[in-house]
Amino acid sequence: MTGARDAVMGRVNKALERGDGAEARARGRVAAWLADPEPNLIPRRGLRPHEGRVGLFREMAERVQADVARVPRWRDAPAAVARYLRDRNLPQKAVMAPDRRLDRCDWESQPLLRLSRGTALGRDEVGITLALGGVAETGTLVLASAPERPTMLAYLPETCVVLLATSRIQGDYEAAWRALGHELDRLPRSVNLITGPSRTADIAQELQLGAHGPKRLCIVLVDEPEA
Amino acid sequence: MEPTALAFKDNARKAIANPDLQDALGRIRSGWQVTRRRAALALDEFEALRDRGRDIKNHTLAHLDLYLEAFEAKVEENGGRVHWARDAAEARTVVRDICKEAGAKTVTKSKSMVTEEIALNPYLEANGLTPVETDLGEWILQVSGQAPSHLVGPVVHLTKPEIAGIMQKELGGPRLETAEEMVGAARRVLRQKYQDADVGITGANFLVAETGTAITVTNEGNAELTHGLPRVHVVIATIEKLVPRMLDAFTLLRLLARSATGQEFTSYTTLVSGPKGKGDLDGPEAFHVVLLDNGRTKMLGTAFQEMLRCIKCGACMNHCPVYLAAGGHSYGWVYPGPMGSVLTPQLLGIEKAHPLPNASTFCGRCEEVCPVRIPLPRLMRLWREEAFRRDLVPPTARRGLRLWGWLAARPALYRRAAGLASGALRLLGGRRGRLRRLPLAGGWTGSRDLPAPEGGTFMAAWKRQQGRRP
Ligand code: SF4
Repeated sequence: MTGARDAVMGRVNKALERGDGAEARARGRVAAWLADPEPNLIPRRGLRPHEGRVGLFREMAERVQADVARVPRWRDAPAAVARYLRDRNLPQKAVMAPDRRLDRCDWESQPLLRLSRGTALGRDEVGITLALGGVAETGTLVLASAPERPTMLAYLPETCVVLLATSRIQGDYEAAWRALGHELDRLPRSVNLITGPSRTADIAQELQLGAHGPKRLCIVLVDEPEA
Repeated sequence: MEPTALAFKDNARKAIANPDLQDALGRIRSGWQVTRRRAALALDEFEALRDRGRDIKNHTLAHLDLYLEAFEAKVEENGGRVHWARDAAEARTVVRDICKEAGAKTVTKSKSMVTEEIALNPYLEANGLTPVETDLGEWILQVSGQAPSHLVGPVVHLTKPEIAGIMQKELGGPRLETAEEMVGAARRVLRQKYQDADVGITGANFLVAETGTAITVTNEGNAELTHGLPRVHVVIATIEKLVPRMLDAFTLLRLLARSATGQEFTSYTTLVSGPKGKGDLDGPEAFHVVLLDNGRTKMLGTAFQEMLRCIKCGACMNHCPVYLAAGGHSYGWVYPGPMGSVLTPQLLGIEKAHPLPNASTFCGRCEEVCPVRIPLPRLMRLWREEAFRRDLVPPTARRGLRLWGWLAARPALYRRAAGLASGALRLLGGRRGRLRRLPLAGGWTGSRDLPAPEGGTFMAAWKRQQGRRP
């Protein structure tokens, strides 16, 4: 509807009352803002060295009911996942992101854990995927959609397991966003910032987990960097 | 939804007499008021971030045309489509046409105040579509034919037994007792709906011009299931949702959850920037953004431009004594509380909403907590003046104000009148120092006591003080 577009833009223009010279100046201000090298006001909280960031990430994530495990190497991750599922009497059956980085884990070490690869469907009870970043200031995971990392793995199953290299934990959202920009050559369809499992307090302001998304969020932190 | 803002007084009277509602509203005081305060204190930079938030929004609004252009270009570059709508009717038609084109039958929706504003659901139903609200609270409202009463917690007005009743009626079976059972039951029902839906409709908390991104924020994860599963995703948002850069969105996101529920961050903040890419296993095939004006451009360039900074956090209502007594439905339309008292007259016309700007004690709490520092009391006062100018104020109030104005212009007389009134009230207040009832002030004393003046008038005290000074 070009009529509507022109009408709305016309109204905006009229309301802002810019003369000809002012128009160019306004464009200049917009260009300056978009290119603004001045950093955001970053909360000090997240600005700490690596180990402090990992500690804060964990503390903040646990505060919002995420379960966090930490293992030294990628090949230790499967045992942590299997243990998590066993301890909670959950099925040892999961659908996992087809991301090649997950192949480095020694999944064969857990013969009871049956895995399929792909995106989650309604009947899948456990989803396993990989985060591209973490934000210490609020214990937030940064997931980015891609063919090898379908979004629904983190939303449909009742239990969501996310693996994250601790080297990817940044202090703040800005740093995480920058790191994502460096790593990917195009903006993913969906970047999901996830802070704890799904929740609602709609019923009498009582906190309930698992409103539509996962009831449980298990974060497995891996200290060994990705190759 | 037929507005009943003109009946605010009656609505509020009924609300105050409803013990269930009062019980439900009481939870806000012990809940969100406390959690917001804690979250604000826990972040050293919170106050400075509020200034930044205000500045970001001011800058965006002052250059809105340019940011709208940039946003539009970016969305199309990312493979999405942008639609424009002057008003509610146009927006509804756009959404219907998208649904028709997709051959849609069912439509899932994640919570969106804009779709309430344009009354989208009844329109879609009339056009043979089945809209399904997926936010738990919104779903409860949809199946019971009610409207939301709060920006963030649409069912804050309902108690647990009331919700249990609604769910039993909808789902049959035994009556559910615990919140856990109720959440579980709704989860099971909605699961199927997500997967059956052809189109998913969401609002947006922010639109990012630089990247062509729509940001949704939910605690339940329902927005992601709404934009990730159906074949088509439609974002509908009013034009003031724009921000320049993703970094600006981060600043505002730091304010949003803390101001709304006192959370450090909402569980799910999602940045969606288009349809699914090549090889993607999920995500919609088509991505549409509907940019809606519906009265916003009328506020630009006026004193009410400040209202367009609103990020819909609900803090102003959580801290408003009038909202906490009267509840959201008393405001009679989509937007309740102080922000509604400013926005509703703008969107419906002051003649349809003039009691709202008066629904305030002018205590200033709303402005104190507003993350983007909107001067809500001042804007309400502007509406009051407008209502007075247009003769919308009832004659008794007009006469009262005129008498007061006449007295105020005559200081000696005013002081004598105030002294008399103060003395009389003190006598009436007696030893308790409070008045349960006062002739002609039933509206005030019906639900609270009026404290009797403790000393003389302010002017008398002032004089005494001055006398004591060297
Ligand atoms: S007016 Fe301010 S406090 Fe109220 S909802 Fe909007 S942003 Fe929040």
